[in-house]
Formats: sequence, structure tokens, C-alpha cells
Amino acid sequence: MRLLQERTANQKSSDSPIIQTSVRIMVPFIQLFGLYVIVHGHYSPGGGFQGGVILGASFVLLALAFDLKTSIRYMSESVNNILGNAGVLIFTGVAVLCSLFGGLFLDYSALDVIIPMGPIEWRSFGIFLVEVGVGLAVMSILVSLFWDLGSAGGMDEGL
Amino acid sequence: MIWSIDLLILLLVVFCAVAAITVKDLLSATVIFGVYSFLMCLLWAEMGAVDVAFTEATVGAGISTVLFIAAILHTSRRSKD
Repeated sequence: MRLLQERTANQKSSDSPIIQTSVRIMVPFIQLFGLYVIVHGHYSPGGGFQGGVILGASFVLLALAFDLKTSIRYMSESVNNILGNAGVLIFTGVAVLCSLFGGLFLDYSALDVIIPMGPIEWRSFGIFLVEVGVGLAVMSILVSLFWDLGSAGGMDEGL
Repeated sequence: MIWSIDLLILLLVVFCAVAAITVKDLLSATVIFGVYSFLMCLLWAEMGAVDVAFTEATVGAGISTVLFIAAILHTSRRSKD
């Protein structure tokens, strides 16, 4: 019993090969589903926020099953910051572009001046553009929130 | 919308809510909170708000449970004072 306790104390809790292999298989499909939810947000249930949360959850799952270091290796901190800021920039950029071309804030039909494909078509496409931005921002904020909470801000080890 | 299923899920939701605030251990409270979120998701989906149910399933049952556990791991079992 004592030996078992020592062995479990030495062994890290995240070393189970079953969990690691299943996570390795699951993560690409989770990310594909997240992309599907973002892209199909304006036809079916889902959207930028939900898809972004699913994309972020895939990286959280990597950090839970392996290590914080592993998830940072696949999604480095600077790339994460760039993606989050790019998401906010896409959202506000599209919105401001609409008002620059004579419409209201987030009135996508004003973007008809750039590529003429009809105001109705532009309203549908504008929602898609904005949701890509929302998805990127939500994913990066969730991943960095988990990194900071899990490692108490140290980013070296944790959950 | 079937009222008997609604009533059953609503009773379970109330039961989980009461259990989550009365239980002593923080980790058990987190797990019960995840169950609460999932039942809430079932309730939304049953009432026809699939979009809200999707959000509840991803944020409530998925991410917030993980964030709660990550925060609880930095606390100690007994308070100092």
C-alpha cells in the first residue's frame, strides 16, 4: 500500500496513455466541429461565440490531458494574442467600414460599394465576417484565461 | 413542448441548485453545477431555444466547470482564519 502511494505520488496525474491517445484522436475533430459551427452560424444553431468556445475547449483539453507546455507548443502565447486582437479588429473593422461607406454601424448592405453583389447577399456575408472575428476573439480569450488560471499566471506548469 | 418532461427537468434543476449551495466540498459543488448546466441545456433544447441550449452546453457544462476546477486547485481545504 505504501509503495503504491509512493508510486502514485511520483507519477504525474496526467500520464495515462488512454486519456492521452483519446485526446490526440479527439482534438482534430473537435476543432473541425468548431470551424463548422462558426461557418454555419447564420444557417443553423451556433455562431461565432459557440464555435469559438469549442475551438478554445480543444486547447484546454490538450492542456488537461498532457501539460500546459504541450498546449503552448501547439498554440503559442504570442500567436494567441495576435489571433485575439485580429478577431476584435475584424469585428470593429467591418463595422467601421460599413459606417465609412455611408451606412450605419454594422449595416453590411453599405459594403455593396466594394464588391457589388447586392445588399441582401452582403447582409448574409457580413454576418459571416463578423462571426469569424467573434470566434477568433472568444477562442483566444478562453485559452489565455485557462492558462492564467491553471498556472497562477506563471505559464510554466499547472493543470 | 411536453409539460411533463418540462416539469421533471425543472424539478431536477431546482434540486441541483439547492444541492450545489448546500454541499460542503467545493469540488462537489462544481460537479453539481455542471449537472445543473446540462439539465438547463436540456430544458432550453426542449423548449425550442436550440441556440441558447448550444451556448449553455459549451460554456456552462464545458468551459466554466474546467475554470472552476482550475481555480479550486489553488485554494486550500481549510481556511486559515
